[in-house]
Amino acid sequence: MTEGMVRRGHGIADLADEYDVIVVGAGPAGLSAATMLARFKARTLLVDENQTPGGQIYRAITLAQSADRRRLGEDYWRGRGIAEDFLNSEAEYAPATTAWSIQSVQDDAERIVGQEVGLSSTGMARLIRAKQVVLATGALERPFPIPGWTLPGVMTAGAAQIALKTSGLVPSGKVVIAGTGPLLYLLAAQLIEAGARVSTVLDTTPRENWLRAFRHAPGFLVSPYLAKGLKLLRTVQRRTRVIRWVSELAAEGEGGLREVVWRAGGCEHRLPADLLLLHQGVVPNVNFSNAAGCAHEWDEAQLTFRPQIDEWYGSSVAGLSLAGDGAGIRGAEAAAIQGRIAGLGCASRLGLVAPAERDRLAVPLRRSLARAMRGRRFLDELYRPGKEFRVPQDPDTIVCRCEEISAGQIRTSVSAGAGGPNQMKVFLRCGMGPCQGRLCGLTVTELIADERSKHPCEIGFYRLRFPIKPLRLRELAALPQTQTAKVAVLADLADTHHSADWNERKPQ
Amino acid sequence: MFRRLSDRASGEVTFTFDGLPVRASAGDSVAAALLAAGVRACRTTPVSGAPRGPYCMMGVCFECLVRIDGMDNRQGCLVPVQEGMRVETQHGARALTTEPAQ
Repeated sequence: MTEGMVRRGHGIADLADEYDVIVVGAGPAGLSAATMLARFKARTLLVDENQTPGGQIYRAITLAQSADRRRLGEDYWRGRGIAEDFLNSEAEYAPATTAWSIQSVQDDAERIVGQEVGLSSTGMARLIRAKQVVLATGALERPFPIPGWTLPGVMTAGAAQIALKTSGLVPSGKVVIAGTGPLLYLLAAQLIEAGARVSTVLDTTPRENWLRAFRHAPGFLVSPYLAKGLKLLRTVQRRTRVIRWVSELAAEGEGGLREVVWRAGGCEHRLPADLLLLHQGVVPNVNFSNAAGCAHEWDEAQLTFRPQIDEWYGSSVAGLSLAGDGAGIRGAEAAAIQGRIAGLGCASRLGLVAPAERDRLAVPLRRSLARAMRGRRFLDELYRPGKEFRVPQDPDTIVCRCEEISAGQIRTSVSAGAGGPNQMKVFLRCGMGPCQGRLCGLTVTELIADERSKHPCEIGFYRLRFPIKPLRLRELAALPQTQTAKVAVLADLADTHHSADWNERKPQ
Repeated sequence: MFRRLSDRASGEVTFTFDGLPVRASAGDSVAAALLAAGVRACRTTPVSGAPRGPYCMMGVCFECLVRIDGMDNRQGCLVPVQEGMRVETQHGARALTTEPAQ
C-alpha cells in the first residue's frame, strides 16, 4: 500500500468555504475528474458518501488484498490505479459525506457565478461554494418490481457484490440469482469463484433480444466484452444450473423469502430459497441532476431518462457538469475517460487551460472513449429487460417500496385523472418516501405510459427536490442564515399572514 | 444467509442488536454485520408494519434503516460498525425523541 492510499480524508469542519470545483462521487468518473482538475492547479474538493474511494464498481478497492484481486478480477483491480492517482493528487477528499443540494449563486446582474453545494457528515451540515461542480453520481440498479420483492431475503445482485467487496461476505444456504444484464453473470461468476453455491440462475433475457442485438454484433465482436462475456458464461454454466427464457418471476414467503416461483417453457416451477438476488441492469442515478434542474431526455436504447450533456459533459445548467454513468450508462472504463474530459472542460472554463490546449489533450481521450464504448449497443439491445419485468402486470405488486403503493393503485389513479408522476404523487404519496423515487421512478413512468397508451418521454419523470437525501432538522437549523434567506422567510411569513387575513374576511 | 470468507476476517468488533451481542469485522457497515450474523429483517414499515431488510447496500433504498445508539432512521449500510454500538430494530416510523447533544 502506498503512502497515498492511507492519506486521511478531510472532516466536514475542516473544509474551506469555497473551492474552484466540487466533484460529487468517488467512482471512476469523479476520481478521474478531480485528479485532472488538481493537475491544472484547480482547488478541488471531492465529496463521497462512502468511507473509501472507488464508487460501487471499485468499492473498497484501496483496502483490497490479493485474494480479492483473484476473486473479483482484473477489471476490478484496475480501479486501484485510478484511486491511487487521486489520493496522490492535491485534491481534497471528504469521505463519508453526503451532498444533498446544489443551488446556483448569481451576481447582481443575475448571472450565474458559481454553485452552492449542501454537504452533511457526522451530524453537521455546511453550504460550500464552488465555481464549477461535477456530478459523478453513477448508476443504480433498475427497479425490479416482481411480487414479493420487498420480502427480507430478496436483495439486488449489486448488494451482494458490495457485501463481497467490502466485508468478504458470500451468500450461503439456497441462493437463486435472477434477471438479465452483464452484471448478472459477472456476479454469479464472482460468487462461484469465492466459493458460494448458487443453486440456480434464472435468466429473464427475452428471446427476441438476440435478433435485435444481432444488428450490432460487428461492434461487439471487436470489443473486449466478447471474450470476457464468454469466459463468464462458461464459468457460470459449468458450475450452476442456468434456466433461460424465464417469463414470470415471484418471491414468496411470510415475513421473509421461502420460495422463488417462475414460469419457463409454459410451466410453473418452484424452488425453496434463502436468498434471491435480483438484477436487470443499471440506470443513471439522476436524483441530483433532476433536482438541480438539468434538462433530461428519454434514452430509448437504455429505457431510462438521462441528463443532456455537451461535448465537455456540461449540463443545461451553467457551471454544472455530469460525467460517468450518471449521464448515461457506458461502463466504468468509459466513466474514467469521461471524468478526465469533464475535468478538462471545467479547467478551461476556470481559465486554467487554453481552449486549443484543452482540445489537443482531449483528442486521445476521445479516441479511447470511442474504443471503450464499442460493443455497448449490442449489450443494450441484448440485455434490454422485458416489459413484463419493468411494468408489473399483477395489480398487487408493490411499486413504491417506501409508501407500499401497488401497480393497481397507480393504474387506478391514472383513470381517476393523474396524468403524470407528479399528479400521481398527490393522489398516493407514491415516490414520497425516504428513497425519493429512486426505486420506483422509472416503473411509475412506464406504468402511467402503459395505462395511457403513451410513450414514456411524453409522461416524464418525478420533479425531484432538495434535499435529495434526508437531512436532520438539527443540521438544517444550524446552517448559517444569509440575509437573502432571512428576507425570503420574512416575506413568506408576511404573505401567509396576509392570506390568512384575507380568508377571515371571506364571506362564509 | 451470508458467511464470511476466512481471508477477510479482520479485527473483531462487538456490538449489540436488540440487546444481544453480535461479533463483526472492523470495517463492516452495520447492515453487512447484520447480514453476516444471519439477521434478515432489521425494521418494520411505517405503512403496514411489514418486515424489511437490507436491499441495495449502497445507500439508495433506505430499507436498512435502524436505530443506532438511540437515534432512529440511520442507514445501516452507510454507518461503519463500532465497538459497543447499540443497534436496534426500527419499528414503524422513527420516534420523535430528542437527539443526544452533539
